[in-house]
Amino acid sequence: MRITCTVNGQARELDDVWEGESLLYVLRERMGLPGSKNACEQGECGSCTVYLDGETVCSCLVAAGQADGREIRTVEGLSDGERLHPIQQAFVETGAVQCGFCTPGLLVQIEDLLRRTPDPTDLEIREALAGNLCRCTGYEQILEAVRLAAGRIRSTA
Amino acid sequence: MTLRTESSTSTGRIGDSPQRPDATLKVTGQFAYSSDLWMEGMLWGSTLRSPHPYARIRSIDIAPALAMAGVQAVLTADDVPGINAYGLDHPDQPVLAEDVVRYQGEPVALVAADHPEVARLAAERIVVDYEQLTPITDAMTAVGHVDWNTPGRTGVPSLHPDGNLVRHVKIRTGDPDPKADVVIIGEYDVGMQDQAFLGPESGLAVPAEDGGIDLYVATQWLHVDQKQICAALGLGPDKVRLTLAGVGGAFGGREDLSMHVHACLLAIHTGKPVKIVYNRAESFLGHVHRHPARMRYEHGVRRDGTIVYVHATIYLDGGAYASSTPAVVANAATMGIGPYDVPNVRMDCYGAYTNNPPCGAMRGFGTVQAAYAYEAQLDRIAAELGLDPVGVRCRNALHEGSRVPTGQLVDSAAPVVELLHRVEALPLPPPVDPSRLDLREQPGGVSNTTHGEGVRRGVGYAVAFKNVGFSEGFDDYSTARVRLEIVGGEPVVTVYTAAAEVGQGLVTVEQQIVRTELGVEKVVLAPADTRVGNGGSTSASRQTYVTGGALKAACEAVRAEVFDVAQRCYGRMVRGLRLVDGKVVSDTEGGIGSLADLLADTVVERTVEWRHRPTYPLDPETGQADAHVQYAFAAHRAVVDVDTELGLVKVVALDCVQDVGRAINPQAVRGQIYGGSVQGLGLAVMEEIVVTDGLVRNASFTDYLIPTILDVPPMRVELLEYADPHAPYGLRGVGEPPTISSGPAILSALRQATRQPLTHIPVHPDHLIGGPVALTNPE
Ligand code: FES
Ligand code: FES
Repeated sequence: MRITCTVNGQARELDDVWEGESLLYVLRERMGLPGSKNACEQGECGSCTVYLDGETVCSCLVAAGQADGREIRTVEGLSDGERLHPIQQAFVETGAVQCGFCTPGLLVQIEDLLRRTPDPTDLEIREALAGNLCRCTGYEQILEAVRLAAGRIRSTA
Repeated sequence: MTLRTESSTSTGRIGDSPQRPDATLKVTGQFAYSSDLWMEGMLWGSTLRSPHPYARIRSIDIAPALAMAGVQAVLTADDVPGINAYGLDHPDQPVLAEDVVRYQGEPVALVAADHPEVARLAAERIVVDYEQLTPITDAMTAVGHVDWNTPGRTGVPSLHPDGNLVRHVKIRTGDPDPKADVVIIGEYDVGMQDQAFLGPESGLAVPAEDGGIDLYVATQWLHVDQKQICAALGLGPDKVRLTLAGVGGAFGGREDLSMHVHACLLAIHTGKPVKIVYNRAESFLGHVHRHPARMRYEHGVRRDGTIVYVHATIYLDGGAYASSTPAVVANAATMGIGPYDVPNVRMDCYGAYTNNPPCGAMRGFGTVQAAYAYEAQLDRIAAELGLDPVGVRCRNALHEGSRVPTGQLVDSAAPVVELLHRVEALPLPPPVDPSRLDLREQPGGVSNTTHGEGVRRGVGYAVAFKNVGFSEGFDDYSTARVRLEIVGGEPVVTVYTAAAEVGQGLVTVEQQIVRTELGVEKVVLAPADTRVGNGGSTSASRQTYVTGGALKAACEAVRAEVFDVAQRCYGRMVRGLRLVDGKVVSDTEGGIGSLADLLADTVVERTVEWRHRPTYPLDPETGQADAHVQYAFAAHRAVVDVDTELGLVKVVALDCVQDVGRAINPQAVRGQIYGGSVQGLGLAVMEEIVVTDGLVRNASFTDYLIPTILDVPPMRVELLEYADPHAPYGLRGVGEPPTISSGPAILSALRQATRQPLTHIPVHPDHLIGGPVALTNPE
């Protein structure tokens, strides 16, 4: 099947996509965008989180065909050229990245959180990120990163 | 210029917390993990696995798979050109099963196809005719014991030629028949934990023109992989070259081979690059787990709480193949009574073959299971004698100068008492205020199961005790090559090592060591591969110690050569030379020149193989030996709220104080402690691979739960830095201790809250509401 969509602002067209493929597979294996991760491929870990028409979704649960005609944004589309997004920058500074396999999904989910809730409480952060598993960090430095990024974004807004 | 001003302006040195060199790649999605690799024309590999825990293979028919469009190769044991056996300790595990399968999930056949789904479907079409056999699923039964430490069962079939006992470690010290005022006996069992690293097993094998193979793979130890792959492929090490691909966590689960040989076999047979990526269900079957344990502990104590003796028996279920079971058994035995000074010890620890999933390395490596038992016993001693649990621990605590049950002298800091006092002194979370109750902070969370009714709070303590590095006489070393040259007028250092970065931050530490030793800001890390010498395993909390030690030594060799060049260049002896910020500095004369001017075209390169001090094998009868390199300690305090009507738990606080010797990178050290604590939390309250009759029941993140950010409390961490004089920079291995003590502290808190014995780990809700688990303390 053929799929036409916009990914990180660019129009993309793909041929010969098999109906059984997920959006995650298409991004990773057909579009050369392996930033979104494949830790479970069953909607449990959040490592594959992307925006689909502005809503965060687990791309492993989205059939490739469902992405046809839609707008997708992935971790590769977060930074502004060479300049890291404030959430990315905060992750780098606070030690929120260890193996980093959870990071792409978390970054997308956190961006979504901070757009809706610019000054979240810790409990709000925890609730918003409850679908993103991280096995390395114990989440403490991820919380730190979110607080730091939220403060910086608010002060520049 | 005064001499003092020559201190470095660089911020990336030992003791700082500079940014990870891979951080930007990781936050932008550019970091290439092993599952991200891609090559033009590559094929996808898939593995057919046994559905049975124990069965004879009568026949395998690969024709239906070969007939599928897109399939390029189907391989079985007949296609393994070398020795069809591998293993970390000894080679007992087939690359592909021959006539028998010994666990559910054992690889039987391989497929390569042009699409991963085609490969998977084709594997399902392979017809294997199995004759099912009755699996052995209990370790005590497997080794022929009728009761604790009591042989006598006959007729148990042997799963391997030498029987079902992988190893028995005995420790005997002191009076064999000691007398005590009070005897406390407890039995405990710990379930099977999964490492649950997020990056699935994966890699890409690329056939080379020379008939060899290049494998890009996520692993913890390139050289031990290489050795096993060479044997299986029948190729020399010059033909089997490994490069570390990005690793998405490890925690022990990548010490054993998984898809390595399989991808190489398919690549060699098809002449094309082959990529294999496990899905989560396959990952649960495709790597070793933490050993389930059954443990019986008898503590004899005086009325004042002094422990007179410990008699302990531990059975570790090693599953179908040995993996690292022998070393895990030794760890459980030698550290099995915890960080306590006990004069009379009798310890028997058994590792057994069964038809359960193979078990091997996981963070904590044998000491995690024992810690649940010894810490529960310490709490019971305190309760029985009406003493304070922290006080009882302090009364019996190891100190520097104590001897552990193997007779080894603790010859550097062992601040168990201080760790306990410090963690006890940390502020406690406030009691729940019913007027400001937030469901998200209650047991059951937003399921809205309680507004505080039936909720009881408990506080518990536990201490971790862990060896660092490989033990028992193992030749444990690492190799580092350091190259200093001038590029574009600036000094640049390139570091070559095969040591695996798995997320823990070794790469950052490597840069910090070079900046500290050579005063050079720009440090490039070459990819980890087998072209440089063995870096040893990324496990046993050893890489900062051993590869760090090798790198420090290589830097020192480079520095000595630079000073030689300097003396020759200046034509005289200059005393007290140092390298600071790209300059050669003398203590007596100040800055005397830049590296750039001094070296010009000269390249200084040194390779060093570095070993920690030797260790020795355990005496087979008494377990006596200086078996370990270094001991590490941490203490946790857990605070829990339990809904005692529903058996739901909210961990409210989980605080840790750890002696790290020297915090090379404080931020990364804290990251290890937070992450390790939470893996311990997982085992305490939720993580268990449920295996019935040899079959795994929950091979998914839907059914095997790991802690989410909502399950985790705010954590306070305090570091102590008592330098170990035997270790580089005085550092102490950091990664494992927090995983050991956090869970037992939570169990302790849960027991206090519920007054239930809680002898099975992880706890289940029905245990917390007084379900049918009884303490076994015979009258
Ligand atoms: S890979 Fe999509 S939720 Fe885990
Ligand atoms: S950093 Fe490894 S899973 Fe989060």
